[in-house]
Amino acid sequence: MITFDDYKGQKPSWCPGCGNFAILNTLKRALVELDIGPEQLTLVSGIGQGAKMPHYMKCNTFNGLHGRTLPVATGLKLANHEMLVIAIAGDGDCYGEGGNHLLHAIRRNVNIKLFVHNNQIYGLTKGQASPTTAEGTITKSQPYGSFSSQLNPLAMAISLDCSFVARGFAGASGLPFLKEIMKQAINHKGFAMVDILQNCVSFNKVNTLHWYKERVYKLESDYDPYDRVEAFRKSLEWGDKIPTGIFYKKDKRSLEERVPCIKDVPLVHQPFSLPEAKKDIFEQF
Amino acid sequence: MVSEYTIRIGGAAGQGMQFIGSLLAKCFSEAGFYTFTHQDYMSRIKGGHNFYQIRIANHPVASSRNTIDILLALNQETIEIHAQDLNEDGLILYDRTAVEQHYSQPEFIQIPCSDIITGLDLNQVMTSSVAAGAILGSVGLETLLDFTRIIPGFIPVASEGVVASQTSAAQAGLDFVLQNVDSKKRFMPIELTEQNKKRLLMNGNQAIGMGALLSGCKFYSAYPMTPATSIMLYLISKAEKHGVIVEQAEDEISAINMALGASYAGVRAMTGTSGGGFALMTEGISLAGITETPVVIAEVQRPGPATGLPTRTEQSDLFFVIFGGHGEFPKVVFTPGTPEQALLLTNRAFHLAEKYQIPVIIQSDQYLADSQWVVDDIDNQLLNYEDFRLRGEELINTQSYQRYAYSEDGISPLAIPGASKHLVVFDSDEHDQDGHIIEDAKTRNMMVEKRYHKKLPLIQQEIAPPSLYGSEKPDIILTGYGSTFGVLKEAVERLADQHSIAMLHFSEVYPFPLTNDFDYVGMLNKAKLTLCVENNASGQFAQLMRMETGFEFNARINKFDGRPFGLDYLLGEINDYLR
Repeated sequence: MITFDDYKGQKPSWCPGCGNFAILNTLKRALVELDIGPEQLTLVSGIGQGAKMPHYMKCNTFNGLHGRTLPVATGLKLANHEMLVIAIAGDGDCYGEGGNHLLHAIRRNVNIKLFVHNNQIYGLTKGQASPTTAEGTITKSQPYGSFSSQLNPLAMAISLDCSFVARGFAGASGLPFLKEIMKQAINHKGFAMVDILQNCVSFNKVNTLHWYKERVYKLESDYDPYDRVEAFRKSLEWGDKIPTGIFYKKDKRSLEERVPCIKDVPLVHQPFSLPEAKKDIFEQF
Repeated sequence: MVSEYTIRIGGAAGQGMQFIGSLLAKCFSEAGFYTFTHQDYMSRIKGGHNFYQIRIANHPVASSRNTIDILLALNQETIEIHAQDLNEDGLILYDRTAVEQHYSQPEFIQIPCSDIITGLDLNQVMTSSVAAGAILGSVGLETLLDFTRIIPGFIPVASEGVVASQTSAAQAGLDFVLQNVDSKKRFMPIELTEQNKKRLLMNGNQAIGMGALLSGCKFYSAYPMTPATSIMLYLISKAEKHGVIVEQAEDEISAINMALGASYAGVRAMTGTSGGGFALMTEGISLAGITETPVVIAEVQRPGPATGLPTRTEQSDLFFVIFGGHGEFPKVVFTPGTPEQALLLTNRAFHLAEKYQIPVIIQSDQYLADSQWVVDDIDNQLLNYEDFRLRGEELINTQSYQRYAYSEDGISPLAIPGASKHLVVFDSDEHDQDGHIIEDAKTRNMMVEKRYHKKLPLIQQEIAPPSLYGSEKPDIILTGYGSTFGVLKEAVERLADQHSIAMLHFSEVYPFPLTNDFDYVGMLNKAKLTLCVENNASGQFAQLMRMETGFEFNARINKFDGRPFGLDYLLGEINDYLR
């Protein structure tokens, strides 16, 4: 039996009241309920406040560079497709610096679970606008208000026919639902993106826990996540009401299933024989 | 007695130079001739001006000549550009449908390729085979024409009918020359000293690909970039048989990070690119440095800065590759000079990358990448495979595990994640022995000590000194690294009769080789004339030599026009210092 304490890592260095604590604990609970042990998964992250998470959660970890989470996760998954690979990134990390990698990870449909800590601001570098910061928001680096329009990650993912697109909320009221979304994402076969709305107590004074709590609601029980047009329509809803839940699902073969040489055995467990390789290469001589 | 010929085939992109050239090269090498080819092409798919050059000989050849014996002109422009390079008694073959002007001088031979094809009722694309046959006839090597066997290797889905048609087209070209060109004008065949020894042709990029397969490389991720792309294409052609995953990444940043992810998972991983792509990879190389992740990177140079001359050659990224990557960490840079060295050094690259958990770079260039050499035999015994990873029973039976455990030699056990209860934690932040983020000064010092100061001297011991060719007590030393190997070697051969001369060639340049086993610095100091020959403008190797050893060359020979050193050109440059 896997327990919550099996995942006990370093003491987090996040600000008191940060939404990251709730995401960390919810992920641990989801894994415990799925009976997945710390050695069975690898958390891959980049740089940002959220990306420090692997250190606060004892498990296999590759904490790499800002924005480069998904390429590392892709290489890892191709080399060992039996490993559960969870990518942890922030809105700046994944939608900004690593935006190109996100587009192509979705296209590849590599079986990675991407959990985005989206607090609509840069926390680690102290409060500059992120891709999901609302247009016109005044920050220290955007004194005239952010000129760029706000990225809609869900609409983007659905337009790319991403095989699993969801949104969760890291406020107390949203956590049981977030846990369910995480569990479904982990059990989904293919690339799964979960955008998680969270607060930043230090640098985002607009999108506070209270702000979100007043707006978020669960997608209706008769909502059909396989309807792409409806999913796209729903993904455009942002303002007084913000839907959460699984927006879109598409069952399709994952990248690892389409690579012939790993049909039977993961790459990492395939043996290498120098004499055999020599025989094949040098038979031309 | 004739011992070698140089054939140059020129025309616009899309006219079939590569088909004719590679077909002939294959005929020559299979018949037992030493063969060396090099390509000069523009960055376009159709039009422009390209050429393919073949040198055949009955003795080993390792470079291109600047003068030619036979020019096959597929258009008028070829004659205008290259006729001046023709040797005395040389021949210019041209097709009258492609070349408007008629030439009556004795060295010109008109081959009616188009008419021959029409006469045979074949498709006009087969004029290339007529031209190839005509060349074989002109050099008296008509017995080499075994197209039925060779053609299928050049046309992936050749039906029997196509092979038969191409063969008859080539035969017709050959017959035309035999019947219409005076035998006195044709070349005498080169006599082979060793009869019928089939020789394998290999280019530098194939050699790197072969080296990767022979090293147990299981993962290659790359973004297409000339002149490195053919490494990826070679590996894809072998992927299924050898169990290799080749993934085309969205950019070079992704390519190296994918390779690092695969390496973390426990497989040998590699990426390849040219200078511009390497620029994007440098952050990832630094990541490999602090996370101590084994990775091999092929950097196949082309002239810069920026896009530069994308299909041409230069050795201008030496400093960039040696110093690329922020922060301080050990890395190794190899600069092979021949396909054989490229193959063996790729194997050593994997060996050192895995042993010391570092990035290792194989630096090549367009000239080595695209030139074909005859490779007689590669010493199999020099190939090495040793698995340094902690896996299987040994891992399961390990009591406690720390990814970055301090050790006497600085090397910490590299375990396979997911294969035991032990957790494997890699971190780009400075970290403790468990791999978790820290900021304290003491741990920082310990980790730099482990990663850098302890490993570096051990790595340095592994680096081979330069190879010496020629006199053992030379008065004149030609020094180079990387792809100039062949031309320097042949220059020494040409000058050895009259001078005490040798070549010092560096194929392992970083960390700079020690002088324990071979005091090459002492040898340089004793020589009367030391020349550093480089395919770049600033003499980066000469600067590196001064930085590492204090030695200053008497003079430098630099070429930076995007073209390789030809033998005749280099001899001319050297002669300026011998007068």
